[in-house]
Amino acid sequence: MSLLEIKNLTVEFRTANGPFRAVDSVDMTVEAGDLRAIVGESGSGKSVSMLAMMGLLPWTANITADKMEFDGQDLLKMSARDRRKIIGKDVSMIFQEPMSSLNPCYTVGRQIKEVLRQHTPLTRSERQARAVELMDQVGIPDPAKRLSAFPHQLSGGMSQRVMIAMALACKPKLLIADEPTTALDVTIQAQILDLLIDLQKTEGMALILITHDMGVVAETVDRVSVQYAGQRVEEQEVNALFTDPHHPYTAALLAALPERATGKHLPTIAGVVPGQFDRPKGCLFSPRCAFADDLCHSTQPGKASADLGEALCHHPLKNGQPVSEEPA
Amino acid sequence: MLSFLLRRLLTFVPTFIGVTVVSFVFIRLLPGDPILLLAGERGVGEERYAELIKQFGFDQPIWRQYIDYLGGVLQGDLGTSFVTKKPVVTEFFALFPATVELSLCAIIVAVVLGIPAGVIAAVNRGKFFDQALMTTALVGYSMPIFWWALLLIIVFSSGLGWTPVSGRISFMYFFDNVTGFMLIDSLLSGQKGAFLSAVRHLILPTIVLATIPLAIIARQTRSAMLEVLGEDYVRTARAKGLSPLRVNGQHALRNAMIPVITVIGLSVGTLMAGAILTETIFSWPGIGKWMVDSIFRRDYQVVQGGLLMIASIIMIVNLTVDVLYGWINPKIRKG
Ligand SMILES: Nc1ncnc2c1ncn2[C@@H]1O[C@H](COP(=O)(O)OP(=O)(O)OP(=O)(O)O)[C@@H](O)[C@H]1O
Ligand SMILES: [Mg+2]
Repeated sequence: MSLLEIKNLTVEFRTANGPFRAVDSVDMTVEAGDLRAIVGESGSGKSVSMLAMMGLLPWTANITADKMEFDGQDLLKMSARDRRKIIGKDVSMIFQEPMSSLNPCYTVGRQIKEVLRQHTPLTRSERQARAVELMDQVGIPDPAKRLSAFPHQLSGGMSQRVMIAMALACKPKLLIADEPTTALDVTIQAQILDLLIDLQKTEGMALILITHDMGVVAETVDRVSVQYAGQRVEEQEVNALFTDPHHPYTAALLAALPERATGKHLPTIAGVVPGQFDRPKGCLFSPRCAFADDLCHSTQPGKASADLGEALCHHPLKNGQPVSEEPA
Repeated sequence: MLSFLLRRLLTFVPTFIGVTVVSFVFIRLLPGDPILLLAGERGVGEERYAELIKQFGFDQPIWRQYIDYLGGVLQGDLGTSFVTKKPVVTEFFALFPATVELSLCAIIVAVVLGIPAGVIAAVNRGKFFDQALMTTALVGYSMPIFWWALLLIIVFSSGLGWTPVSGRISFMYFFDNVTGFMLIDSLLSGQKGAFLSAVRHLILPTIVLATIPLAIIARQTRSAMLEVLGEDYVRTARAKGLSPLRVNGQHALRNAMIPVITVIGLSVGTLMAGAILTETIFSWPGIGKWMVDSIFRRDYQVVQGGLLMIASIIMIVNLTVDVLYGWINPKIRKG
């Protein structure tokens, strides 16, 4: 049994201009202790897919899936009350903006201890002790004193450490880190990433790192899914993905990495992710794809076989060259 | 904190002087001679009239009268009523509990109903409850108090006979005035039915007085909540697996309270204005009715002193509100 199993997850938002599909038939399987990343440009539905799993989307979101199970429990059939017993405890999430993710009205200590009060039978003094221990674990100096600090007294990096402490409070089996370093200084970014990877090892939990930075992915995670315009276009082990990307979008993302650029100029992917109104008829990446032909422009591709990273493509790449493969 | 308080108290000085000027001038601008009004139909002889003018100091130039008045105020002497011959301060504190009792009940009703209603409306934005509540609030907000009070009296007092029409308690009961609050005194008296009678007398005036603040508080709570519900920290609270009650009623509401506290503070001013009408309609022996009666009698000293006391109370309430801000949201405390 996998820790997290998602099959064919689709999220549509009701908007004033009709429905908008932010996540489109996404699959994901995470085993206990996995370390993986979801990569994709802004707006590719990375956050929304994970928020859907957590049950944190607003009511305008219409969520459908063939299967969505966490630790053997069916999230689709579960009542909101039962789901609240899992989230914050067995699966927790940290966010992109640490400064605004903490409540300005309450002390840091209160916000950490609140999770413990909600999910554990610990007494008041045990919660206090655990909070100090957590603050120490995430590398906050003078933890006992910092517990009485208010969020506005902390820097961005410190706030993110507090968020991590909060997420770790009940020893979750899965931690989702949604672009945890995007809002931070470059030097702090590396520290926070190291901390997360460290904790993932010592706590033995699974970690899903959401990012748009392929460079970060290479150094940290084991497995990567690439998302584009709400679809998962490819998934591979990290080394295989970097040596032999199968989807043209992945290949283009990798080519755009500064350390891989061959010429003077950084190659960029021309065009933008399609939005609500300019969705192409065929493959969603076809308008920006160097290999696209008539088939790509007219028909939506199916999934390629597992040895081709289940690439969502009519002509998945192999060693940089398209192969014609019928959908598996 | 201390320097903040001192600075705020300092800004009271010009406001305070402004109020003395306005109240002093206002009552004198009204046509009508206080001495003639005092004498009533019997009239007053010319000699006696001149004597009284001198006694009250009306023979002095107006600026001289004002300086004398201000001098008295600074020594805590608000003057004496022409009519009752009692010091204004004494009268004020004799009647004040009645107004406080009514205003407190009204503000409690407005807060206790208004805040949860606003929260529920915001959480269920666009749904039936939200729309029904906002429509009701709009109606309540635009309700003419006078008309609303008469309507309630016609239905519940004259029609159904459920509530008394006027006063604070039935004449059957008689007991010592200990605190001035009828609800408490009636309990202390131990007389059977006294407390219930006091409650029944309070119901309609409270509803009338609470209507507008209730509508304002509900609307303000709703809009403040709508703003806050989209914040990241509310998502964090939900990601912790907290119940909707904790997420909305604690994490979100606390952040939404600043503008709500502001309107609660401001509605104390509105409440004073409302009390004047409400007390008059229900013959409620409080400050509002006292002010109206005194204006009709041209009881200069009472009107001046009463307005000054009311203004001071409103200033103190506003100061309290400012202090509350920092307590609710520590981020504000810095500045
Ligand atoms: N509540 C919402 N209502 C309508 N559309 C939404 C809502 N939340 C997100 N979207 C849309 O869904 C799409 C996917 O958003 P999502 O936040 O998942 O992107 P992302 O991959 O996380 O990007 P980023 O890197 O910028 O965080 C975006 O186009 C966004 O505008
Ligand atoms: Mg995102």
